Amino acid sequence: MFKKTFTGGVHPPDGKALARDLPFRACPPGEELIFPLNQHIGKPARPVVQKGDHVLAGQLIAEAEGFVSANIASSVSGTVKAVENRRNVFGVPALSIVIENDGQDTPAPGVGARVDPAELTKEEILAAIQKAGVVGMGGAGFPTHVKLAPKNPEAIEFVLVNGAECEPYITCDDRLMRNFSEEITGGLELMLALFPNARGVVVIEENKPEAIAAMTDACAGKDRMRVHAVQTKYPQGGERSVISVVTGRHIKLGMLPADAGCVVENVSTVRAIYRAVCHSEPLTERPFTVSGDGVASPCNLLVKTGTPFLKVLEAAEGFPEGASPEKLICGGPMMGIALSSLETGVCKNNNALTVFLRDPVALAEEQQTACLRCGRCNQVCPLGLTPQMMAAAVERKDFDRFEKKLYGMECIACGSCTYICPAKRPLMQLFKQAKAEVAAAKRKGATA
Amino acid sequence: MDILIATLVVGVIGLVLGVALVATGRKFRVETDPREAEIRELLPGNNCGACGYAGCDAVAAAIAKGEAPANACPVCSSGKAEQIAAVRGVAAQAAERHVAFVRCGGDCEKTSVTAQYAGVADCRAAALAGLNPWACAHGCLGFGSCVEACQYDAIHVVDGVAVVDDSKCVGCGLCAAACPKHLIELIPAGKTAAVRCSSPDKGTEVRKLCSAGCIGCGICAKQCPDEAVTLDGTLARVDNTKCAGCGKCAEKCPTHAMVLTK
Repeated sequence: MFKKTFTGGVHPPDGKALARDLPFRACPPGEELIFPLNQHIGKPARPVVQKGDHVLAGQLIAEAEGFVSANIASSVSGTVKAVENRRNVFGVPALSIVIENDGQDTPAPGVGARVDPAELTKEEILAAIQKAGVVGMGGAGFPTHVKLAPKNPEAIEFVLVNGAECEPYITCDDRLMRNFSEEITGGLELMLALFPNARGVVVIEENKPEAIAAMTDACAGKDRMRVHAVQTKYPQGGERSVISVVTGRHIKLGMLPADAGCVVENVSTVRAIYRAVCHSEPLTERPFTVSGDGVASPCNLLVKTGTPFLKVLEAAEGFPEGASPEKLICGGPMMGIALSSLETGVCKNNNALTVFLRDPVALAEEQQTACLRCGRCNQVCPLGLTPQMMAAAVERKDFDRFEKKLYGMECIACGSCTYICPAKRPLMQLFKQAKAEVAAAKRKGATA
Repeated sequence: MDILIATLVVGVIGLVLGVALVATGRKFRVETDPREAEIRELLPGNNCGACGYAGCDAVAAAIAKGEAPANACPVCSSGKAEQIAAVRGVAAQAAERHVAFVRCGGDCEKTSVTAQYAGVADCRAAALAGLNPWACAHGCLGFGSCVEACQYDAIHVVDGVAVVDDSKCVGCGLCAAACPKHLIELIPAGKTAAVRCSSPDKGTEVRKLCSAGCIGCGICAKQCPDEAVTLDGTLARVDNTKCAGCGKCAEKCPTHAMVLTK
C-alpha cells in the first residue's frame, strides 16, 4: 500500500512550466454559447427549453434522461437561440442548445444559496450532486451521482481524489489545488460522509510541490484524509494507476473501481461537488488550461461551460504573431482530441486547449516504418497488454483476436505505446478503432 | 527369393487395406445431394461472403436444402439464378441486378478541405477519431475503406470521393457495409434517379459547404410524374420501385445532386 508508482508508463516532456505559475483568470464567454446534450457518458440529456425562451445563469436547460445521464444548466443568462445540431469536439453533429448571452449574468433563483453540509442526509447530498449535473471532469464525463451510489457503500475503503494531472501541458488541476484546497477538502468530506468506512487520499505527482503543500495544509487535523505524493510518470492519473499506487489492488477484467473498494474522482469534480452541495451551484464553470507553443500567452482560465473554443483561444491572446499553428487539441497531447473547428462549446469534461506550431502526428507519419518488434510498447503499457500484437491483429482486421485473446478492450487509450514506438506507428488510433468495431459488433449482435 | 517374399508381403497388406477401405467406405457413406455440386458449379466461386454464408460451398448446400432461395447469391446474374432455380426444380424468382451507389458527390472541386488529417488512412479509423478533413460533416471521407472491401475492382476513389464502376459492380453490398458514413446504397441497375448527397443540413448550410449538395428545394419532387421523389426534411429521396427513369428531376436539379444512372 501507498507505493510510489505503478508498472509501465512513460516520461513525456511535460511542458507544464508554460502555465503552472499563472493564477486563474476569468474567460469572457462571448455572445453565443453552445451546450451539446451528450457531454457526459450515458444517454444525452433532454432539452427543457425551446427556441426564444429566456434563461438565467444556472437555470436547468436540459434534464437527465434515465439513470446514467446528467442535467445541464446554462452558464449565462440570455435567450435560447436554437436547439439544433452543431458539431461537437469530435466533429460529429450533436443536438445542442445554443444560447445568446445577454451579458447580464442574472442568476437563477436559489443558485448560490449557502447550505450547511452538517445538516444534510446522504440522500440529500446525492440529490444535490445530481441536480447540479456534476460529471467526471477529468475527461470521461461519467455522471458523479451514479459513481457515488455503488451497491454497497459500506464496502468502499478508499475515496481517492485524483490530483495526479499526468497529462503534459495541463496545469489547471495544479492551480485548483493551490488556490481552492479548502473547497477540495470540503468536497472530500462530503464524499466521506457517504462512505462510512472509507479513508480519503489525495494523490498528487511530485512535480507539483506547491499543490502537495497546500493540500497537506488543508488536510491537517482531519484524521480521515491524507495526501499521497507519487512519482511523476505518465499515465499516473489513470484510474487504475491511482488505485494501484494507493491500495496495491489491481482492477482485473470486468471489474469496476468499486469492486476493489475504491471511488476515484478528479480534483475538479471534488470541488464541483462542494460547490454543488454547499453553494447550490450547478456545474457551469470549470478550470481550463490553454497552453502549447502555438499560443501567444499560455494561461489557466475559469471557463463557463458552452464557451466556444475560439473565445478561449482569444482569452489566451490567440496565436503568436505571424505564426500559423498546425495542430489544435481539445485536452492534452497524449489523450486529447484534435479539433477541426473552434466553433464548438467547451463541455464539462474538457480541461484544456493545447496548440502546437507543428503537427507531431504528421511528423510521425513521415517517419513511420514497419514494426521493429522491439517490444518497447509492451514494456510501457500500464495495463500489461501487448500493443505490438494488438496492432498486428487490428491491421488484418482480426477483431476477435484483439478482443478475446489479447484483451484489447481493456486498453485505456493512454497513448504510452504510441509515444514510445520508435517506428512511429499509430497504435492508439488502431486500438480506438478496434474497440469501436468490437462494441459496434456487440450492439449489432444484441439487436439481431 | 527375398524379393519375392517382400513383394508378396506388400501385396497382401495392400489387398487387406483395400478391402477394409471399400468396406468402411460402403458402411459410412454419406448421402449427398447431387444438385449441390451442380449449384456450386453455377456459383461464382470466389467466396466473397456477400450472401451471408461462409462461402460458395455453404450457400450451395443451403440452396440445395431449400434453406436459402435460388437467388441467394447477390453476385450471380439473373440468368445464373434461373439456372440454379432450374436445378432445384423451383420457379425462378425475379432477380433484379443491383449496383452500389455512393450518395456523395463532393469531390475536391465541389467542396473544400478544412483540416489536415494525419493518422491511419482508413475511413473507419478516421470517422472514429472524428477527423473529417472535408468541409461537410456527412460526405465521403475518401480514404477508400470501400475500395479495400470490394473484391471486384468496381469502386475507386476519384478526386477524393468514391465512384462505382457500374459495369463491374455485382451488387454484393460489401462496400456499403464498410462505409462508416453509410453513404453507399444498393439501387437497381439501369435507368433510375438517385440523389448524390446525404447531408440532412439546411439548404443554406449545404450551399456554403459544397456546390454538389442537395439543398432540399423540392423541384425534383414537383417534376416527378410518378411521385417517386419525396423530400425527407431537406434531402430528396427516390423510391426506386416507383421511378421510371424519365430523368426530368435530374434535368431540373439546380445543383445536379439528382442524377440519372445509365
